[in-house]
Amino acid sequence: MKKIKKVYVLGALLGVLAVVSALATTWLLERTLFIGTSTSFVRAAGFIERIFAPEAVYGSTLYNLIGIRIDWQFMLVIGIAIGAFISSMLSRTFKIEFVPPIWRERFGSSIVKRGLFAFLGGVIAIYGARLADGCPSGHGISGLMQLTASSFIAMFLFFAVGILVARIIYKEGGSGK
Amino acid sequence: MSIEHILGLVTGIFFGVLLQKGGLVRFEKQVGMLLFKDFTVLKFMLTAIAVGMIGITIFSHFGVISLNHRPMNVGAILIGGSLFGIGWVLTGLCPGTSLGALGEGRFHAIFTIIGMIVGGMLFSHSYEFLYNTVLSWADFGRIGIPDITGISGLIIMPLFVIGVVFLMRFLEKKGM
Repeated sequence: MKKIKKVYVLGALLGVLAVVSALATTWLLERTLFIGTSTSFVRAAGFIERIFAPEAVYGSTLYNLIGIRIDWQFMLVIGIAIGAFISSMLSRTFKIEFVPPIWRERFGSSIVKRGLFAFLGGVIAIYGARLADGCPSGHGISGLMQLTASSFIAMFLFFAVGILVARIIYKEGGSGK
Repeated sequence: MSIEHILGLVTGIFFGVLLQKGGLVRFEKQVGMLLFKDFTVLKFMLTAIAVGMIGITIFSHFGVISLNHRPMNVGAILIGGSLFGIGWVLTGLCPGTSLGALGEGRFHAIFTIIGMIVGGMLFSHSYEFLYNTVLSWADFGRIGIPDITGISGLIIMPLFVIGVVFLMRFLEKKGM
C-alpha cells in the first residue's frame, strides 16, 4: 500500500482535535467553542491599553463587547506557541531566524525592512480579520467545518486577494533589493 | 487557572504541535502557497476541514453540540476578507501561526505579532465608525449553507469530503 503523506495525517488529526475540542467545551464549559485566534490580539491590545489609559478601555464599545480578560481562546493562542516550541525542540527543527529565506531572496537581508513590512502586514491582517469576524482558523478551519456561509466567502477572498498581491510583490514590479 | 484556561491551553498546545509538524508555521509555506509553489497549507487545511466536518455535522445533527456561525455581514466580509489577504502576504503569517512561528524560533514573527496587537487597537477604536457604516450595510445574520440552500448538512458534508479527496488525488497526480 502506498504510504499516506504526513501532511494528510496531520491535517486529519487537526480535524479530530477540532471535533474533540467542540465536544470538550460543550461538556466542560457548557457552550460549544470553536478554534479561533484573532480576537485574542484585540484582547491583548486591550490589556496593554488598560495599563496606559484605563478609561479608554472602559469606555470602548468593542472592548466591553469582547471583554478584556484571559479566556479559553487567549490560552489557546498561548498554547500554540508552547506547542510549536516543544515540537520544534523534540524534532530539532527549532531555528532562530530573523529574515525568512524567500523574503531575503527577493528583498534582501535587512531586518528593519522585513520588520516594517511584517508589522504593517500584521496591522492590516488583523484589522481585516476582525472586520470579517475571523481568520484562517476561525473562518477557514472552524467556519468551513460548520458549513458557515460567510466563511466560504471570507476564505475565498483571503486566498484570492493573497494570491493576487503575492504575484504583484514577489514576481512583477519592484526593484528587488 | 480554571478549567476553561486549562482546556484552552491544552487544545492550543496540540494545535501548535500539529501546525509545527506540518510546517504551517513557516513563512515560506504560507507565501509559497500564495505563489503556487507549495501546496502544504491547502492540503493540511482541506484535510482538517473535511475530517472535522464529518464530526461536527453528525454531532450537531444529533444535538450534542451547537453550531456557532459567524455572521454573513456582506460589507464586512468583502472588505475585511480582502484586507486580510493583503496583510497576510505582507506579513507572511496568519494570527494563529504567528505564535507558532515565534515558538519555533522564527523571531521575525514578533513584528507580525506586534503589528497584530496594534491592528487590534485600531480596530477597537474605529469599531463605532464601522458599526454605523460597513457593519450596517447588509447583515444576513448567522447562517450556514444548509439555511441558504435548504439542503441538509448530512448531504452537503459527504459531497464536500468526496470533493476534497478528488482534489487531493489530482494534486498528488500532478506532483504538486
